[in-house]
Amino acid sequence: MTDTSIAFRRSPAPHVPYLALDTVWFQVAGTLCNLTCKHCFITCSPTNHTHEIMSRATVRGFLEEASGLGANDTYFTGGEPFLNREILGILEDALRLGPATVLTNATLITRARALALAELERASRYSLELRVSLDGLTPETNDPIRGEGCFEATMEGVHELAHVGFSPILTVAQTWGDAEDRELRERFHDFLRSNGLTRPRVKILPLFRIGREASRSRGYAVEELLTEEHMRGHDPWTLQCSTSRMVTSRGVYVCPILIDAPDARMGKTLSETLRPFPMSHGACHTCWATGASCRN
Amino acid sequence: MNGATASAFHDLDEFEGPLAVLGGPYSNHLALRAVLEDARRRGARRIVCLGDLGGFGPNPGKIYPLLAEFGVLTIAGNYDRSLAERLSDCGCGYTHPADNHFAQLSYEYTNRRTTDAERAWLRELPAEGRFTRGGRRWLLCHGSPRRVNEFLWESGSSDAFLERIARDANADQVLCAHTGLHWQRRLPSGARFVNVGAVGRPANDGRPGVWYAFFSAGASVAEFVSVAYDHEALAREMEHEGLPAEFVETIRTGWWTTCLEILPGKERARGRF
Repeated sequence: MTDTSIAFRRSPAPHVPYLALDTVWFQVAGTLCNLTCKHCFITCSPTNHTHEIMSRATVRGFLEEASGLGANDTYFTGGEPFLNREILGILEDALRLGPATVLTNATLITRARALALAELERASRYSLELRVSLDGLTPETNDPIRGEGCFEATMEGVHELAHVGFSPILTVAQTWGDAEDRELRERFHDFLRSNGLTRPRVKILPLFRIGREASRSRGYAVEELLTEEHMRGHDPWTLQCSTSRMVTSRGVYVCPILIDAPDARMGKTLSETLRPFPMSHGACHTCWATGASCRN
Repeated sequence: MNGATASAFHDLDEFEGPLAVLGGPYSNHLALRAVLEDARRRGARRIVCLGDLGGFGPNPGKIYPLLAEFGVLTIAGNYDRSLAERLSDCGCGYTHPADNHFAQLSYEYTNRRTTDAERAWLRELPAEGRFTRGGRRWLLCHGSPRRVNEFLWESGSSDAFLERIARDANADQVLCAHTGLHWQRRLPSGARFVNVGAVGRPANDGRPGVWYAFFSAGASVAEFVSVAYDHEALAREMEHEGLPAEFVETIRTGWWTTCLEILPGKERARGRF
């Protein structure tokens, strides 16, 4: 069963408290992506217009609101952020106010774009992080998930970033078991070193059983819905929904994972969303159980 | 056990004299002694340690007598809380398994060598210290005013965010540590943040010396002071104690070799690894 709606719940969903607005995410490329990965939790593709590309002016309005609320850092994702033609200007605006991170598949990172990003980073007192998604260390393991030719295109982008001094954070969705975890992490580090990244950085994300991933493996079971019992003694600071929000062309959502869930839309402005949220979704269980955060 | 008194810190206290503030000693007793002697030589009338007494270095019990000898006022760090409550990990707040792996090695070593009397003493440490200086409200804490294990990195903390947490804490000047890297910033409102770094581990700058913050009489701007010490003797003691070779390398070279994943890009790029 893949439905996580409240009709199937055995007890009411617990509320995550609102603690502070530390982090603001932007679905800056909407759900548009040049790839069609098989595990994509929001089913992005070249034709998915559920969430649209955001303009620099729109993002700037939210950046100013976020700064006024004392927010710390911003994250830019999609879809593929470099499909947004204004992405460099958007990052310039963001880096004037605080640290920023871009989540990209790196396939659209040209030499000119890498140089422009390096210039933005140098001009800011804050860090600009590039997070690059990959799912295997060879075309044979990566491309069946992410698409034909994708491995090579991504590594070209990684090399361009390394060339201008970035050490991108390799981001991998965990499609393997815990037993192999340590060994695979080592291999990712070695892989980056062998590609000229002397300070290798790797982030492993759990799989969220929603979007395209729900049909690739399975959806959530009713046992995976959180109850008050789960939250007893659980530190709310470890749940990103207590300290961050996600802005898309359609409004402000509780987190980057749930933008396809209508009830996860909390308001039109950030200020409207600074309140507790009922953790009624299967994906909430993944954050709770793994301690995972979409942050770096 | 003595050396720290919570009663020395309260809102009504005014302190204008020369002041030394130091971050985590991490069991590096040789560096701590060198820093305390340096602070005394400079005429510090008050010395404050922002917690994390143990971890990383050898023989944690050697830190406590030094704090007592120099009359150091000590704030509780996450490490101190974990040891006091016999928790299973240091609570440093790392999120990456590689960082946690090395943090756990040093925590288990330190936990095994901490006595009941030391735990009881750690339990009494205050979570923060406050006084006024030049009419400004100073707040001294370990991580951030709101969380003991929050990392405030220079390139990872926006002005707006720092303004908010200072305002929420009713402070005009915040002194913190936890990251091991020193920096300071005056905010648009005039409030100031000073991260005093750590005295237990070099600052990932390729030099084996350690850093602390000194404030001359009446000053709110920190002077960051680098102190050399017999790091080779500490490295040998760490080897004798069977601590990881990666830790010893950091003591000898001044470059961080572990717990690097938590660093933001700019700070990471300054180091060797």
